Amino acid sequence: MLKKTVLNSAHRAMNARMVDFGGWDMPVNYGSQIEEHHAVRNNCGMFDVSHMCPVDVVGADCRTFLSRLVANDVAKLKDSGKALYAAMLNDAGCVIDDLIIYFLSDTRFRIVINAGTAEKDLAWMQAKAAEWKLDVTITQRRDGANNLGIIAVQGPNARAKVWEVLPQAKAATEGLKAFFAAEVDQYFIASTGYTGEDGYEIMLPAGEAEAMWNKLNAAGVAPCGLGARDTLRLEAGMNLYGQDMDETVSPLDAGLAWTVSLNTDRDFVGKSALTAAGQQKQFLGLILLDKGVLRGHQKVMTAHGNGEITSGSFSPTLQQSIALARLPLGVQVGDEVEVDIRGKALKAKVTKPVFARNGKAVQ
Amino acid sequence: MSNVLANLKYAASHEWMLLNADGSVTVGITDHAQEALGDLVFVELPEVGTHYDAEKEIAVVESVKAAADVYAPIAGTVTEVNQAAADAPESVNQDAYSAWLFKMTPDNVADLNKMLDAAAYQAVADAA
Repeated sequence: MLKKTVLNSAHRAMNARMVDFGGWDMPVNYGSQIEEHHAVRNNCGMFDVSHMCPVDVVGADCRTFLSRLVANDVAKLKDSGKALYAAMLNDAGCVIDDLIIYFLSDTRFRIVINAGTAEKDLAWMQAKAAEWKLDVTITQRRDGANNLGIIAVQGPNARAKVWEVLPQAKAATEGLKAFFAAEVDQYFIASTGYTGEDGYEIMLPAGEAEAMWNKLNAAGVAPCGLGARDTLRLEAGMNLYGQDMDETVSPLDAGLAWTVSLNTDRDFVGKSALTAAGQQKQFLGLILLDKGVLRGHQKVMTAHGNGEITSGSFSPTLQQSIALARLPLGVQVGDEVEVDIRGKALKAKVTKPVFARNGKAVQ
Repeated sequence: MSNVLANLKYAASHEWMLLNADGSVTVGITDHAQEALGDLVFVELPEVGTHYDAEKEIAVVESVKAAADVYAPIAGTVTEVNQAAADAPESVNQDAYSAWLFKMTPDNVADLNKMLDAAAYQAVADAA
């Protein structure tokens, strides 16, 4: 039995093509996935991401707890509403999950964790809070009473469309810089996203989600499925948990060194293993020069040894196939490498792991 | 709902076949297949002159989402490929029954009689 988000019937009413996404019955597209992709780059689209799990962390020891729990440093969170992208590591220094932490007050933080990892993440967090004997209460907000829906509205016109539907939110959110959140009545509105475009992620009481979805649609916001979400995040060079990194991969080998804060004596789970192992691989982009489509798990042959594609697809913005790949140290941006596609060695160019953001190709 | 044409034969692996007057068979993927795959971005066609056994991988269609093999529905030799479909993969999404992929001369034209008719294929598509 697949799990359903609160917007399931809304997707079906819009003739979405539904797929089993890690045990969730989710829309992959509503028509053309490529048109949905372009809608977000050029105008505005919305995604149901209510399968992701908000977690409230409340109590006197929040900061201590989070500073030990994740590899990024919550000491960077000084302004109320500020968000931080972080990896939660195991003792081997590999990634249990990647998450966003919103700082609301010194005794209240909100975290958003991935759908497929939610149960193990929560168990891990609860175990660590108990082990460290800290005053924190950890409450998931996805299922059961007081649950929240999440709608991501993304694209250059996303803010204006949200204000059209939620005029009361304009004053509190129009000054929001990227990666902040504001609470307006029952709405939690964050300038975060997974597309490389401006926009908001709106958390709201689950019972209001369908009405909000339909109002946004009436305002001209295109419903977009997980298919477009994947090509948008791939173009933006954003990692996908389970593909680009998992419990066997160090954040240093997944392009996430920028989220690992090592410049203080702060200790965190996985730090000693991570620093002992150091960086073993590079996380870079590929653009296919021959015809075809790059996909996850394809082998990459370089002058410095073999690597592997972790995510690949066709880029609607570049009109070429692109990928994120884990490659040997020594490979340089600009190098030409070969990718094994069905037994043929096709040529690809190594790039920085970002292809398009803010409506434009950056390669 | 996807479209199934009455004048064609079908394989359960979602290829359609049209028997031409000259005895050759035109092959493409069904409307149901293109709809399930979503926006196509790459088509790899077989080489003219190559012989394929029935149910052998003969071509590849890739959408943004996934790669899918196309199988030779019956044994035969490829006589012609539709380069226009490879140059514009979206044409298969727009009309899967116009944007054919290849033509083949069957080893035994009677093999076509073993393929699904429109009603039988519709049942396969509905169950998928």
